[in-house]
Amino acid sequence: MLEVKGLTCGYNKRFILKNINFKLKNHALLGIIGPNGSGKTTLLRAITKIIKPQKGKILFEGRDIWQMGFRELAQKMAFVPQAPLSYEVDMTVEEFVLLGRIPYHKVFQFLDTKYDKAVAKKAMALTHTLNIKDRFIPELSGGERQLVYLARALAQEPKLLLLDEPTAHLDIAHQIKILDLIKNLNNSFKLTVIIVLHDLNLASQYCNELILLNNGYLYKMGTPQEILTAEIIEHVYQTKVIVKEKFVSSRPYIFWDFHMEDLT
Amino acid sequence: MDKKRIPWFLFILLFSIMLLVVSVVSFSVGTSHITFRKIISTILNGKQTITHTILFDIRLPRILLAFAIGGALSIAGVILQAMFRNPLVEPYTLGISGGAALFVSLNIALKLNQRFGLLSLPTSGILGSIAVILILYVLSVKKGVLKIQGLLLTGVMISFISSSLIMLIMAVSHTEGLHRIVFWIMGSLEESNSLLLKLMLLVSFLGLGISYLFCFDLNALSLGEEEALHLGINVERTKKFLFVVASMLTGFSVSIAGIIGFVGLFVPHFVRMMVGIDHRILLISAFLCGASFLILCDTLARIIISPLELPVGVITGIVGGGLFIYALTKKKYA
Repeated sequence: MLEVKGLTCGYNKRFILKNINFKLKNHALLGIIGPNGSGKTTLLRAITKIIKPQKGKILFEGRDIWQMGFRELAQKMAFVPQAPLSYEVDMTVEEFVLLGRIPYHKVFQFLDTKYDKAVAKKAMALTHTLNIKDRFIPELSGGERQLVYLARALAQEPKLLLLDEPTAHLDIAHQIKILDLIKNLNNSFKLTVIIVLHDLNLASQYCNELILLNNGYLYKMGTPQEILTAEIIEHVYQTKVIVKEKFVSSRPYIFWDFHMEDLT
Repeated sequence: MDKKRIPWFLFILLFSIMLLVVSVVSFSVGTSHITFRKIISTILNGKQTITHTILFDIRLPRILLAFAIGGALSIAGVILQAMFRNPLVEPYTLGISGGAALFVSLNIALKLNQRFGLLSLPTSGILGSIAVILILYVLSVKKGVLKIQGLLLTGVMISFISSSLIMLIMAVSHTEGLHRIVFWIMGSLEESNSLLLKLMLLVSFLGLGISYLFCFDLNALSLGEEEALHLGINVERTKKFLFVVASMLTGFSVSIAGIIGFVGLFVPHFVRMMVGIDHRILLISAFLCGASFLILCDTLARIIISPLELPVGVITGIVGGGLFIYALTKKKYA
């Protein structure tokens, strides 16, 4: 579904990403991890056509995304930003979710169709935001805003969903709620998902595949078991950790403690 | 805290009634007292009377011009405030009015209008606006990307430069020229040329129609440029197009009626507080309210010290500013 070929890009002359290559299958749930400044967000911005590659190509379903219109692309992939809506948007939740239907509007269409409203309603139902649909965005909590943004992305009826640290600044209950929801969308609706995560343990638990970025290079791609080893983490993050296997899911779990040297 | 929105057609109905009432009032009051009964009898069977001339050759064109310019400036304000995501931007911030005023002042100082006739003032105004639009565009487009913040700063600087140059021209002008420049800059809706009136009405309606095709793009842009990209908007093309639309609306308004301040700042703000930020209703409401507001202010300007006239810009400033401060104290999230 998505293929990144020799991608090199950045801002002005400074290259943030260097020669990235990977392929993503349909229905994958891919996590992108890596230290701060390793290029995770930049990779998402390249895939969503915000920044242009200096070298290389990004193919979506076999077609170069720079040969596709913004409108067509927005019908196929949707993006959920990191800690959204710090500014005031004087709209109700329902009006905001309906913005996700913009890529489907025709030139002389000024009203939302019944189908638009049905899709928005379904998106709100999936994200458990139907009961707050008449509340105004500035009145919502951080967790509710994240869910509303997710609902808007789903209203775009995408095949590929991209999320930039959807769990940042959320409490543990909301983190799990959001990630369970995404996992469920991936399982039941066959939605392909790319998610940037900082928390290695959440990435380990929820993702089927991981990409580890380091200094703009793709360090390694593989299953959580292949990527999250003590040696790799120590090398990339310059931090000593212990990796154990989790009891139920048998996914790797990363521990860190004071005086790690004494333990290892 | 659940609040239901007032249906859109009610807003449109309300604002249309407001526009109608204001227009009728403006039509019926003025220096020469014409009773309502006489107006009706004149409309029915009173051609070639003085009353008919006053009503249809003096008052009606003024109302129509106020309608067109009030609407045009408000639409330009709505577009620019959404594009810049800055509620302080107004049509005159970008220096387009400054360019128009500079060219008109030059025209008056060099006495070109005596050689080329009545249309030379608005023509030089439009040339001035286009010159500024081109300068702004060339300076702000880098590698095909229209830099919004650069555009704003360059526009403000062009405003300063042109007002300094206008002061220079005024300093070296004769008394008569000076007088004309000052009065032109203060703005007036008196326009005897019916061709210009028709042109302005056309520009105004075109502006509304074209910008309405972009109502969803404006909704998305008011969330930010990247957000709009994610929603499938071709942001660069849209920004450039909307910039040109807003500039042309401003340029024509300024060239025909001079600098009538505050409409393009105050009306979009005020309407947004009432109807919300959806441009599908915002654009229409702003057009209707801007038109009503300017007709009202022009009527006040005509009657307050009649038979003399106040500059309409003075009234828009005082009335608009007062209402604006009042509205701000009532605002929900202020």
